[in-house]
Amino acid sequence: MFGWTGTILRVNLTSGAATREATDMQRARQYIGARGLGAKYLFDEVDPRIDALSPDNKLIFAPGPLTGSFAPSTGRYNVVTKSPLTGAIAASNSGGSFGPEVKFAGYDMIIIEGRAAHPVYLWIQDDKVEIRDAGALWGKLVPDTTDAIRAATHDDAKVACIGPAGEKLSLLACIMNEMHRAAGRSGVGAVMGSKNLKAVAVQGSGSLQIADPAAFRAAADNARAKILAHPVGGTGLKAYGTDVLVNILNSIGGLPTRNFSDGYFPNANKLGGETLSETLLVRPKGCFSCVINCGRVTQVRNPAFQGEGEGPEYETAWGYGADCGIDDLEAVTKANFLCNEYGLDCISTATTIACAMDLFQAGIITTKDTDGVPLTFGDTQAIVELTRKTALREGFGDKLAQGSYRLAESYGHPEYSMSVKKQEMPAYDPRAVQGIGLHYATSNRGGCHVRGYTIAVEVLGNPFKMDPAVTEGKADLCITFQNLTAALDSSGACLFSTFGLGADEIAECLRTMTGEPYTTEAFMRAGERIWNLERLWNLKIGYTAKDDTLPERLLKSPIKTGPSKGRVNRLGEMLPEYYAHRGWDPKGVPTAEKLTYLSLN
Amino acid sequence: MAKLLMIHPEKCTGCRNCELACAFSHDGGGLRLRTARVHVFSWEREGFSVPMMCQQCADAACISVCPTGAMHRAGPGGRVEWEANKCIRCRMCTLACPFGNAVYDAAGNAILKCDECSGDPECVKACPNQALEWVDDTVATYSRKKAFSQKFKEALQEVR
Repeated sequence: MFGWTGTILRVNLTSGAATREATDMQRARQYIGARGLGAKYLFDEVDPRIDALSPDNKLIFAPGPLTGSFAPSTGRYNVVTKSPLTGAIAASNSGGSFGPEVKFAGYDMIIIEGRAAHPVYLWIQDDKVEIRDAGALWGKLVPDTTDAIRAATHDDAKVACIGPAGEKLSLLACIMNEMHRAAGRSGVGAVMGSKNLKAVAVQGSGSLQIADPAAFRAAADNARAKILAHPVGGTGLKAYGTDVLVNILNSIGGLPTRNFSDGYFPNANKLGGETLSETLLVRPKGCFSCVINCGRVTQVRNPAFQGEGEGPEYETAWGYGADCGIDDLEAVTKANFLCNEYGLDCISTATTIACAMDLFQAGIITTKDTDGVPLTFGDTQAIVELTRKTALREGFGDKLAQGSYRLAESYGHPEYSMSVKKQEMPAYDPRAVQGIGLHYATSNRGGCHVRGYTIAVEVLGNPFKMDPAVTEGKADLCITFQNLTAALDSSGACLFSTFGLGADEIAECLRTMTGEPYTTEAFMRAGERIWNLERLWNLKIGYTAKDDTLPERLLKSPIKTGPSKGRVNRLGEMLPEYYAHRGWDPKGVPTAEKLTYLSLN
Repeated sequence: MAKLLMIHPEKCTGCRNCELACAFSHDGGGLRLRTARVHVFSWEREGFSVPMMCQQCADAACISVCPTGAMHRAGPGGRVEWEANKCIRCRMCTLACPFGNAVYDAAGNAILKCDECSGDPECVKACPNQALEWVDDTVATYSRKKAFSQKFKEALQEVR
């Protein structure tokens, strides 16, 4: 067995049984691993209509065939489960060393089923699997949980855990590994909390087998050289982190501001990666096998926002920054630290707070709703305090913990939620960048940028440039990126490896690693298959073409200031073409021919 | 002129590319990370990482305690080398090394220690951050010294 380990670990927390089974290699070849293979197993084993927080849901930790190898920037794993936020298949992707350690322990996936009667954690050392009591860990923050589990197991164990937010079933809860890396989106932490599972700790001593070691070495070296030679992958991200994007997006008027009421933030530079590097940055940090090293170890000395940890990434600097009308990087960084410690998705938490500020300023909610505290854009204390309250579900935080859609809907104004399929949109304004709007509208897990990052082409000019303001050609661009990313996520590679690599290079790594005939065409077709499978899940739970849309604000209220002033997103010009080019009918349902072509029926 | 491996922990990001390169080049085609002769320790709270490997000590405890001469010096001023067929696996070297940089691997029944890839270390080539450096032994701290002198220069220029 090459690339894959050939073994899946299945743990039923209701019965306490841990069993090993052979990986279904036919499914593995077709769905690669990680996001794809996890989705296929979930699709085959779980009824899409179940309650995501019931014991019927399954929680899958899945690295890919490249995870653990020296193919550059491929050390990732996915958490695959039914999302309690969206109902869709959540596949939240994280780096660090946790995914590789799962592989070294001998597993292609860890599938968690049922619900423990009391808080537990899982301790996996190669073949040895123990379900241990976690009563003393319940309530602990992520770093403290990680330390405590290492003290009880092995100090080099890789620990993925939830914080208080996941325990309290916040729909914004993430799963954190090695303290600072997050499987962030879609509320996967709440699913873990619903299973009474505080953490999974892993240590592995095994090996990966490589089908053609010399060819794999050559493919990996080639990929590595290409990333290092790329201006973004090799230079920009290491120097400034993802936060380098703040000024870039603001310069084209695509930085959503004050809950997407505008697309330009005059003080953006105070939030950007250049400023971060000069002020709070301690050093860059790299995930396993990564040559980009975009992580930011940071420290805030100002007593008002004192702390140390990692971040902010671009999304966080924008979410707690421009989207909340804030230009204070120290406050933003502090809120980021709290998200990491309590186990919250920075994007959804920050933008849910922005939504609350918007509701307050519109007079829809008052101090009666917000525990007596006025809520206005630009309030630095509010983002810190509300993040903590959201995690602990204290007072108004209990409402915020449900995400912006449920928050705004509960006051009769869902249009204030800047979300798609109930998941909050990230930091690229679809009015300024047309193609990303089409991606948000069609992304299988709702508002999300990392599954069809058309920004690479529309803004960064990688690997070629298209005008962000036009809609022509964006349907095909979006489809290509969505298929590529589905395949790439499933192999274990990081999205940022595309700053230097394309499908050719990643397929070459996958082919030489696994010995399977992953031509570029087969690799892309696997991506398309995965995308369509996720779509079928969404159709089963009742999502229809009418859910493939954007908040009305983005379609009707033009950007007020800056370089993109006057623009709205013209989704209607792109969506019919998108369906047609996907081989879907006008209602967004895959045709029989398409399903046959993808071996999906 | 002899060369040696310098580590610069302040540049290390904890990505473990050195471990991967080491394990792959020493393992015939597979990849068992435990066989890496370099290991990166990371302190996540502080955000600090340190690569650890054989220091090729001039006065090497592992050589002194070896009863068979399996652990020996490769010529005057050379690296510390381990010869498998002379070794009786008593593991005294692993006990004697003050850094813990000689390791017994039960799976491979071997002593694992850095062999500098016979003069062309893979870890150095794999490090994307120049945290590992292969330098002439007489000027081993040159770059670090110069980097620090730069800080002095900047500080002095500021007060001038």
